[in-house]
Amino acid sequence: MLDITKQSLSELVENVKSKKLSSSEITKAFVERSEKSKELNAYITEDYANALDKAKKFDEKPNFNLKLPGIPMAVKDLFCTKDLKTTAGSKILNNFVPTYESTVTQNIWNEGAILMGKLNCDEFAMGSSNETSFYGNVQNPIDKNLVPGGSSGGSSSAVAAQLTPITIGTDTGGSIRQPASFTGTVGLKPTYGSCSRYGIVAFASSLDQAGPMAQNVKDCALLQEVISTYDEKDSTSIDFKRNEYSRELTRDIKGKKIGIPKEYRVDGMPKEIEDLWKKGIEYAKDCGAEIIDISLPHTNYALPTYYIVAPAEASSNLARYDGVKYGFRAKGENLIDMYEKTRSEGFGAEVQRRIMIGTYVLSSGYYDAYYLKAQKVRKLIKNDFDEVFKKVDAILTPSTPSSAFKIGEKKDDPVSMYLNDIFTVPVNLAGLPGISIPAGHDAKGYPLGLQIIGKAFDEQNILNISYAMEEKIDFKNKINDWWIK
Amino acid sequence: MSIDLKTIKHISKLSRISVDEKKAEKLAGDLNSIFDFIEKLNELKTDNIEPLTSVAETTLKLRSDEVKSKNLREQVIKNSPNENEDYFVVPKVIE
Repeated sequence: MLDITKQSLSELVENVKSKKLSSSEITKAFVERSEKSKELNAYITEDYANALDKAKKFDEKPNFNLKLPGIPMAVKDLFCTKDLKTTAGSKILNNFVPTYESTVTQNIWNEGAILMGKLNCDEFAMGSSNETSFYGNVQNPIDKNLVPGGSSGGSSSAVAAQLTPITIGTDTGGSIRQPASFTGTVGLKPTYGSCSRYGIVAFASSLDQAGPMAQNVKDCALLQEVISTYDEKDSTSIDFKRNEYSRELTRDIKGKKIGIPKEYRVDGMPKEIEDLWKKGIEYAKDCGAEIIDISLPHTNYALPTYYIVAPAEASSNLARYDGVKYGFRAKGENLIDMYEKTRSEGFGAEVQRRIMIGTYVLSSGYYDAYYLKAQKVRKLIKNDFDEVFKKVDAILTPSTPSSAFKIGEKKDDPVSMYLNDIFTVPVNLAGLPGISIPAGHDAKGYPLGLQIIGKAFDEQNILNISYAMEEKIDFKNKINDWWIK
Repeated sequence: MSIDLKTIKHISKLSRISVDEKKAEKLAGDLNSIFDFIEKLNELKTDNIEPLTSVAETTLKLRSDEVKSKNLREQVIKNSPNENEDYFVVPKVIE
């Protein structure tokens, strides 16, 4: 049998069900590998002793009917986990221990999985490189000193390095798909309203979605099936018929119409990305799909729109961190002074920058010029997608405009950092599902991803297309365990 | 458009984040480059476009007004940054 940590989630589930492996054996293997991998800094909080204890309990009274029987899993530290510290990568939540569980993680534990720990991320999920985390940057297992992407950088690093069989991230502007692309893994951002936002630390409420990050498409489909539920605790949760995504997964995509948007051919895009995209089109054709040229004319306006809408919502959501009810509190001479010092010392530079942008665009005299304008452009962007989805079943684009960059490379230039999300942000603005699958390597051997965008609630379709293309691409991640001494 | 130090001070007050001179200058630089990038939206005419507030085209569900969670007092107070077990304590606000 393969080394335990090298097995995919689906293989592990199969091996537990056929009693070839126990939950304790699997959990021990992943805990040991995680302990040897501290240099990656993928974890903020480890919960190994409890995990091993829960695995033992599972083995004493196993339930093989569950979808994730005794499977250990670490999750992004943006999900509230009852009685285990949840920081959102911020100093301001350094001492916050939730008294409740997020719906998405509860769904996972209900299917038999076991929490191993909380994974690093950009502070309040604001970043594309995991460098804004108060708990330090994360190394990409592909190469030392390379960012793992962000904001779900601890998650992408942990899945690629096989510290956890699978994980969950959150995606507001690309925070699942971009790190998946940077680490040669699969990441799905579901339709807005598919996965409950209850118990997830809020960043931009009209954009945030939780989703799976996995080693392959089948695992991704299985976890999506577990986490996607209607939840009355989230008023934006949508009550639609959800598929059994993994059971209904098929490689038969013959005759599916896949759109290629000309506006995604951006100025200065590296030739490697252009070539990858062309290869992707060929793979899709090989699978029997029909390729159609399409136009999404407002693509170029998506990022500026996002950088009004997301900070505006963030400034409102983050107003709750005032040092009074929970979290870090600084000493102040009076109440206002305490608020101002708490927020100045508790939030990092990027979060402060975004709160300021958001406060400005919502402030008296500027609301119409910025926020209302952005909401109108957001409508135009959504209309573009509505129009093309009358003609096509899915859209194929690159996931990112480049492969992973070096730690520190873009840190001091916010706009160049923001440009990283150019292909992922439109999907959030329109509330659509999008998936990134690994599709090749650049000249340096770093992974590159392709993104498949679907109609709202049509996760099954983009999972199927990914599943078919994955087989043709036959991607192999180049990881040599450099961090294990 | 240009965001000057006076504006930065004003936003800092509105967002309850204290900002010293050095930080204000850095923020002014960053925000100006970000807003230069955002100004691109002005190329578009949007006079007759309905603003999009939510992508989900459903109306909010109604529910009966019943208390579902009880006795959460301890849980609510548990993460309070002060030592007092019964109240949230803040610096004095009335002289």
